[in-house]
Amino acid sequence: MNLNRFLKTIFLTEFFLAIIKAIREIFRPKKTINYPFEKGQISPRYRGEHALRRYPNGEERCIACKLCEAVCPAQAITIESEERKDGSRKTTRYDIDMLKCIYCGLCQESCPVDAIVQGPNFEFATETREELYYNKEKLLDNGDRWESVLAKNLKTDKIYK
Amino acid sequence: MEYLNTLINEIYKIIFLVIPILVSVAMIVWLDRRVWGLIQKRRGPNVVGPFGLFQTLADALKYIFKEIIIPASANKTIFILAPIITMTLALVAWAVIPLSETLVLSNINVGILYLFAISSLGVYGIIMGGWASNSKYPFLGAIRSAAQMVSYEVSIGIIIINVLLCVGSLNLNDIVLAQKNLWYVIPLFPMFVVFFISALAETNRPPFDLPEAEAELVAGYQTEYSGMMYAMFWLGEYANILLMCAMGSILFLGGWLPPLDIYPFNVVPAPFWMIFKILFLFFLFAIIKAIVPRYRYDQLMRLGWKVFLPFSLIYVVLTASFLLYFDKLPKGSF
Repeated sequence: MNLNRFLKTIFLTEFFLAIIKAIREIFRPKKTINYPFEKGQISPRYRGEHALRRYPNGEERCIACKLCEAVCPAQAITIESEERKDGSRKTTRYDIDMLKCIYCGLCQESCPVDAIVQGPNFEFATETREELYYNKEKLLDNGDRWESVLAKNLKTDKIYK
Repeated sequence: MEYLNTLINEIYKIIFLVIPILVSVAMIVWLDRRVWGLIQKRRGPNVVGPFGLFQTLADALKYIFKEIIIPASANKTIFILAPIITMTLALVAWAVIPLSETLVLSNINVGILYLFAISSLGVYGIIMGGWASNSKYPFLGAIRSAAQMVSYEVSIGIIIINVLLCVGSLNLNDIVLAQKNLWYVIPLFPMFVVFFISALAETNRPPFDLPEAEAELVAGYQTEYSGMMYAMFWLGEYANILLMCAMGSILFLGGWLPPLDIYPFNVVPAPFWMIFKILFLFFLFAIIKAIVPRYRYDQLMRLGWKVFLPFSLIYVVLTASFLLYFDKLPKGSF
C-alpha cells in the first residue's frame, strides 16, 4: 500500500469529502416531481384511459363498424348495434373490459371516425374489479370530460399520421 | 400509602419519558427518510401533515391494522417475544440518559455499565426472532447480526474505557460534568470516529446493514414478521439508534453542556443542547446511510477485530500513559 493511499485511509479523507458533498446535495434542486400535486409532461400520443367522442352537435361519432372489436388483440371490446329510425347505424352496447385491455392503441388506430380514443388520463384505479368493466355510458362520459384535451392531442398528432 | 405514592410518581415519570421517546422515534424515522431522499435528489415523504411529519404515524396506523402472520413452523412464544424484547430493551436503556443535571429518571452510579449491559442484551431480540422464525433467511440474518453486534461491542467497550480513564466515574452526569472545560471529542477525536463507526455497526445501519441485506437475505431476521410485530422491531431499531446518538453525545460531545459557557449559549436550557447534539449525530447517521455502499461480511469482521480493536487498545495505553505521565489522572473518585 503506498503512502498516499495509506494516509487517505487513515484520515478517512474520501469519507469526509463525501459527507460535505452530500450536505451540498441536500440543497440542490430535486430531480423528481411532487407527483399528486404536479404532473409530468405526457405525449399527445399517450395511451391512457379510453373515451368515446361525440361530434360538436352532440351526436356520437361511433358508427358501430366493429373494426376496433375485430382488431383488439386482447378481445376486450364488445359491441352490439342496431339501426336507428333515421337509418343510421349506432351502437346499443359498447363495453371495454379494462382488465383485459393491454393499452396497445390499435382500437384508436383502426377507428375511421376518431370515435374511440385513448386519452391522457392514467389515474383510474378502482377498488373493485367491477368498476373496470367500462360500458358505453362511462366511455361517453369520459369523452365529454376529456374532449378538449382529446381534440387537441388528435390535432397535434395529425401531421404524423 | 407512601409506597403507592412513590409507585404512582415513578410510573408518571416513566410515562413522561417513554412517550416523548416514542414520538421522537417517529420523527427520527421521518428525518432519516427525508435526509436520505434529499441527498439522492428525491423529495422524501412530504405529503402527510406539514412537511410529511406525520408520515410515520400513518405508517404505524397501517401496521396496526395489518394482520400478524405467525408461520406454522415457528416457535410461537419466542417468535412473539422477540420484537417485544427488542423494543423494551431499547426503551429501558433511556432510564439513565441525563437530559440535564436533574432531568434523569435514575441517576445511578454505574450508568455507563448499565447502558452497555442493556445494549449488549439487544442482540437477544434479534437472535430469538431469527431462530424462532424457523426459516433460512431470518436464521442467517440473525447469525450475522449477532456476530456483528458482539464484535463491535468489544471495541465500543474499549472506547468507553478511554473516556472513563479521563473522567474517573461511571456516572453519566459526572462524565458530562467532566467535559465542562473541554469536550472529549477534541483530545479523543480518533476514538470518537471509531465510536461513531462502531455505533453504525452496532445498530445495523448502513454500511453495516448486513443482517438486512435485502439482495441476499430478503429482510434478515425480520423476514417472517408482519404487522405490529414488524413495526416493533423497527421502533426498537430506531430507539437504539437514538440511544447510540445519546451515548455518543454524552461521552464525547459534552451531553447537555452548552458548547461555550458564555452568554448566548448558556441561557438555552440544558435539555435543548442534549437534543440538539443527538439530532446532529443522527443527521450524520442519516447522511452516511445515503453515501456509502454496503460492506462485505468478511470486511466487516476484519474492520472490527483487526483494525478497531487493536487501534482502540493502543489508544487506551496512550491515554493512560499520558494521564499518568502528566499526573492528570482524576482523583478522589476512586
